[in-house]
Amino acid sequence: MAVVSKKSEAGKIIAEGLWNNNPIFKQVLGICSALAVTNLVLNTIVMCGALVFTLSLSAATVSILRNFTPRNIRMMVETLIIAFYVIIVDVILKAYWPQMSDNLGPYVGLIITNCIVMGRCEAYGNANPPLRAFIDGFFNALGYSFVLLTIAAFREILGMGTFLGIAVPYFSTGWDKWIVMVMPPGAFFMLAIVTWILRSVQISREEKDK
Amino acid sequence: MDFKVGSDFKRGKRQMNENPQIWQAFVVCVSAVFTNNILLTYFLGMCPFLAVSREIKTSVGLGWAVIFVLTCTSAINWVTYHYVLVPFGLEFFRFILFIITIAAFVQFVEMVLDRYSQPLYQKLGIFLPLITVNCAILGASLFMVIRDYTFIVTVGYALGSGIGWFLAIVAMAGIRHKLANQRIPRGLQGPGITLIIAGMMALAFIGFTGILQGS
Repeated sequence: MAVVSKKSEAGKIIAEGLWNNNPIFKQVLGICSALAVTNLVLNTIVMCGALVFTLSLSAATVSILRNFTPRNIRMMVETLIIAFYVIIVDVILKAYWPQMSDNLGPYVGLIITNCIVMGRCEAYGNANPPLRAFIDGFFNALGYSFVLLTIAAFREILGMGTFLGIAVPYFSTGWDKWIVMVMPPGAFFMLAIVTWILRSVQISREEKDK
Repeated sequence: MDFKVGSDFKRGKRQMNENPQIWQAFVVCVSAVFTNNILLTYFLGMCPFLAVSREIKTSVGLGWAVIFVLTCTSAINWVTYHYVLVPFGLEFFRFILFIITIAAFVQFVEMVLDRYSQPLYQKLGIFLPLITVNCAILGASLFMVIRDYTFIVTVGYALGSGIGWFLAIVAMAGIRHKLANQRIPRGLQGPGITLIIAGMMALAFIGFTGILQGS
């Protein structure tokens, strides 16, 4: 019985993170990196990997330490925990993939101030046991990742005619490339369109449920 | 008009030739306001930009706070990075150092304002804690490290970035003010329409590219 209730609990957390309370289009958090790294699919995949790692582990760590952290310096401790994991990601990237580290520029470091990480640690990790906090962080990061990958796929195909650097049949030859898609305005438009579509789907579903 | 701006620029360049660093700082500053706007080309500080841009008055307050904090913390971070971290080979430690500097500075400013200038505290006080987690502040410090700016150029860059952010959020607040009574599709309300407007603003700011070709 306990197992079943635990399972449904986990299912609820997963659904919240991926869809109902998706960080990008519902909570509108972490938009900076969502716009900046989505010009190429490869950059996006690496960035999402970094975020999944940081968010799930820092939420779990915050949750483990939640009973030992004095209330008034809580935010500072959370920031330091997040910074600790971000430094690990940054050092690994610099050592093994300097090219990617250059491409992502300051955006890996900016995971520290990414509102999703802070928001999840503050809203969930702070009041729940480690395993649940880990699951919550992991699936919020996945919810972020799937929206970002959608945006990145469209931007790269429409703007450069490639996907993961490989030429896409029609778009690399017959297609008049929309350079604006890989430039900053394209990021804004694409994110707006994705938000629009997903939110509309969500609204219509909610109405059906009623 | 165009011609005049250009010629003023050239004269300025000649005068500043004796001190190229100040000239470079000026160029970096102008380009940070227009062509490399920290918000519209580097997407930093998007969260408060989307959340706080409903009213002109509050966005002006937040804008001022960002200009001030951004300039001061970048200068402090430059000094601590180059005189503390680099000599000891602790560059990877910079994230923690920068974020602590920013948090401490914001706290300090809040206390000083509270003690000595109540009217200013009333105006900016509520925005200061928000600023600690504004990516633009940390982002500017990280950019200054990546691009290897000197101290004067860093100050110019930070000032320009702050002004650029201020401009963008105030313009956005003005537009959103007009939008308040318009009918917008439900899925697009709130962040959606704001992002589309931001995209158009980014397009407009691309028009500034080339303003600094002479540099």
